[in-house]
Amino acid sequence: MSGRGGELELRGVAQTFTDRGGQVVEALEGVDLLARPGEFVALIGPSGCGKSTLLRIVAGLEQPAAGEVLLDGAVAGDRLGRCAFMPQRDGLLPWRRVIDNVTIGLELEGVPREQARERALPLLERFGLGEFTGSWPWQLSGGMRHRAAFLRTAITGRPVMLLDEPFGALDGITRAELQQWLLDVWREIGATVLLVTHDVSEAVFLADRVLVMSPRPGRIVAEERVALARPRELRVEETPEFGAAEARLREALRRAVAA
Amino acid sequence: MSNPAEGSSGRTLARYLAPALVLAGLVIAWALVVALFAVEPEVLPGPGLVVESTWADRSALAPAAWTTLQEAVLGIAVAIVLAVLLAVAIDWSRTARRSLYPLLVASQTIPIIALAPLVVIWFGFGQTPKIVLVALFTFFAIAVGTLQGLASSDPDSMDLLRTMGAGRRQLLWRVRLPSALPQFFTGLKVAVAYSLVAAIVAEFVGAEQGLGVYMTGARNALRTDLVFGAVVVTALLTLVLFGIVALAERLAMPWRRPSQTEADW
Repeated sequence: MSGRGGELELRGVAQTFTDRGGQVVEALEGVDLLARPGEFVALIGPSGCGKSTLLRIVAGLEQPAAGEVLLDGAVAGDRLGRCAFMPQRDGLLPWRRVIDNVTIGLELEGVPREQARERALPLLERFGLGEFTGSWPWQLSGGMRHRAAFLRTAITGRPVMLLDEPFGALDGITRAELQQWLLDVWREIGATVLLVTHDVSEAVFLADRVLVMSPRPGRIVAEERVALARPRELRVEETPEFGAAEARLREALRRAVAA
Repeated sequence: MSNPAEGSSGRTLARYLAPALVLAGLVIAWALVVALFAVEPEVLPGPGLVVESTWADRSALAPAAWTTLQEAVLGIAVAIVLAVLLAVAIDWSRTARRSLYPLLVASQTIPIIALAPLVVIWFGFGQTPKIVLVALFTFFAIAVGTLQGLASSDPDSMDLLRTMGAGRRQLLWRVRLPSALPQFFTGLKVAVAYSLVAAIVAEFVGAEQGLGVYMTGARNALRTDLVFGAVVVTALLTLVLFGIVALAERLAMPWRRPSQTEADW
């Protein structure tokens, strides 16, 4: 599931929408971004800065008012079905058992059920969901639901993954556990990741590069290359390098909000 | 975990025992009132008499009940098909929503019972006009339930499937229709509760056979005990239909959390 492209580029992506009063609001203005194949890019910014909108545009759920999205160097107009997307809430379908939730992407591609399950089972077992394959979603804890949701997104093998605050709703301990888990899975699948988060330390821990967005209209105002070695363990958060990167990003965020 | 709907036997017992006791209390009160005040049986027959005469008249009552039951079930079947089709159409197309939804809501201002004579004029005295009336009567609850259920689909799940390349038809089958099931069944339960009543009202207007005819006949003969008997039979049949729907609901949604199943009762 790796080594098949995965370059993502945004050129001057802008978005506007009309609010209830009929006022035109600029959500994004001129976002440029390049994520190399296999790179883990995190996008942080104050709430309402258009991070999620940006992700929805890349996923193809929205079309930008201006600018273009390129996948592997080619302008991609209709992007639905091209990138793997994980929404903020897990979006698991309550009437499908865990395994059938995980295989839904393959099912939509026309992969026969048995074949889809054969592909999913080892993945579920390897990544801690082995005993829950036959459970209904409500029987899972929040952390387990997120694992299932992530594997559902990952299994389609698309080279670009878009994660919209995937751990936002979880408690701190589960969150830390899942961040580590995410890195383990990511190392295996090697996809390009664009992660939206408002948690600075999460961004530093996970990403190769962290981009800071300004408040609305959102654009990228700062960038931090995270030089921490991989594979990373949670302990890395106690190192001075981690603290320094985090401090620079917080400062950049403060400046972005103040400007 | 396999069937979360099963509670412990003690809880199940408590669930049925409490209403059974209340019902028994009401029946006893009824019997006491009749005995203490020596009420004429033409006005209010006692529960014992009702059971006795109803049983004695079973050869006339059973075919009447069967006819009405058929009308109710067929009417609901017609209503389910039409209501689900309409709900899906309204959910699917903006044009359909704009043109049909206001009419659907406005149609509720029509007193459907008042249509009974019309339906008899159009379809005669057989079972057809009763089926039509039952369908008209129960259609709305099912349609609105299904429509609300379709609209309750999780937008995140919809977005997710769209990013996986799902088309509208796939979204309908994989997200919207399953999402609609709980509210569809809620609507269907309401519909079932109305169905026999609707069939009987249609029979009052003009019919050859059925519980409505039976009741009219019993009333004209001043056999109040048999009128009561027919009412009890109607209630029991409604209860049976309701139970069948509740069972179907459980079978159709094995994925529901037990508490959700409980709350619906």
